[in-house]
Amino acid sequence: MIIRRPSDIAPSEITPREVYLRRREFIAGAAAAGLGAGLAAAWPAMRAGAAPLQAAKSPLSTTDEPLTPVKDITSYNNYYEFGTDKGDPAKNAHTLKIKPWTVKVDGLVGKPAGYDLDDLIKPAQLEERIYRMRCVEGWSMVIPWVGVPLAEVLKRVEPQGGAKYVAFETLVRPAEMPGQRGFLQPLPWPYVEGLRLDEAMHPLTIVAVGLYGETLPNQNGAPIRLVVPWKYGFKSIKSVVRISLTDKQPKTSWSLQNPGEYGFYSNVNPAVDHPRWSQATERRIGESGLFAKRRPTLLFNGYGEQVASLYTGLDLKANY
Amino acid sequence: MARPAAPAQPWKRLLLGADPVRRAIYVAGMLPAVWYLTLGLMDQLGADPQKSLERLLGLWALRFLILCLAITPLRRLGGPNLVRYRRAVGLLAFYYAALHLLVYLVLDQGLDFPSIWADIVKRPYITVGMLAFAILAPLAATSNAPMIRRLGGATWQRLHRAVYVAAAAAAVHFVMVVKAWPPEPLIYASLVAALLLVRLYFRLLKRAKPARRAAQAASA
Repeated sequence: MIIRRPSDIAPSEITPREVYLRRREFIAGAAAAGLGAGLAAAWPAMRAGAAPLQAAKSPLSTTDEPLTPVKDITSYNNYYEFGTDKGDPAKNAHTLKIKPWTVKVDGLVGKPAGYDLDDLIKPAQLEERIYRMRCVEGWSMVIPWVGVPLAEVLKRVEPQGGAKYVAFETLVRPAEMPGQRGFLQPLPWPYVEGLRLDEAMHPLTIVAVGLYGETLPNQNGAPIRLVVPWKYGFKSIKSVVRISLTDKQPKTSWSLQNPGEYGFYSNVNPAVDHPRWSQATERRIGESGLFAKRRPTLLFNGYGEQVASLYTGLDLKANY
Repeated sequence: MARPAAPAQPWKRLLLGADPVRRAIYVAGMLPAVWYLTLGLMDQLGADPQKSLERLLGLWALRFLILCLAITPLRRLGGPNLVRYRRAVGLLAFYYAALHLLVYLVLDQGLDFPSIWADIVKRPYITVGMLAFAILAPLAATSNAPMIRRLGGATWQRLHRAVYVAAAAAAVHFVMVVKAWPPEPLIYASLVAALLLVRLYFRLLKRAKPARRAAQAASA
């Protein structure tokens, strides 16, 4: 097992991200001051429970935009299993037990099984993918994910010829997920999502196990989540426990909740408004505070060059 | 030597009223706005500060509207009569609604008027919110003694019943702005609904009473 788990690592061993990013400066500075670089190890951990991940930089990363601060990425979340307020997941998700974690793979595959996370994600293949993330609510972030192409995972389980779609399911565990308890629940559980097989096999589609060089915080969908950067954020399902290959278009949670407002495709598209609000612009989270301006939203969230060919001949307005 | 009560600084009377309790309500009532604005300027309003500020100010507008609507039922159900503070509470609701709108126009939309106009005509939740504000504005403008005198008590009262529509619109606006059915907007909407229904009940009671008396007189 190469993915190091929190319990293996004392907090004192973990280098804070800020220091890590400036490691060359730091090392140079420390050397200049005649100090050992080992001093860095004495810094306290930035995030409790996070373990560092080794990941190769990917040429498919977005390169020209500043990253959203980790504080915003980990404190502003839509994860209704932990509450409907965007601050709720960061407050409540610590109760989730992510070890052990099994992903059930079934349906039209050659190797159906309950896979241990480490058997599904080969640590040697981890890549850092910096992607824009556009929420259907009209805000966006730039997130350095750590993960592997979903295609790699799917190839390992051997999709059969008849498979046309991939369906995903999030954990249901009311004891650890307060949003799944009690009266007046916002969505039916489990949260389900789906992709066409060609969308799932696209090189931009990844399953992420980390962000900012560390394992995923629970509120961001630990231990394993989908990331589909050209679709609205709700397509990128969190804490995945089941992947099924099917020949029928799978049901998806938000279109079950409100079919008139959310469809199967949910591609980012400034020309197709949400029935209740415009999708023409977005607010970039963490950008110069109260007086920051909205920015125009791009078709396919700016990934059109890579993904537009998936939708040749498809009416994007009818297939929202 | 005692001076007669000076009519000086009428604007101050108009804004704050003479009653120290009323003044205290205005001052205390504006504290949340001052606090949020301070937090906002210090970049302490979280990841999406415009939205937080917008949401918090709108929430206080709705809270003051609910307090305003609670004053009469409270008296009718045997509680204290707080009617002399109702104007202060109502005006606070308007001030917060105005700030909420201002944040939407300036900080959220950046005064992009074509996009704002598109929002108003195309987005029902914005239409409904604007409706609430359009009702509150004339009510706020006539919430002073000179305007009451000018309109006459009965006309003024009829006009100010429009606050029921404004409160309902504000509550619906809140429910419509969120995805799915989180509890908070539903709680506020239920409070508004309860306060409007209790008025309907009082009205039916009032209508039933003379009828009952007439029936009793006929049977006697």
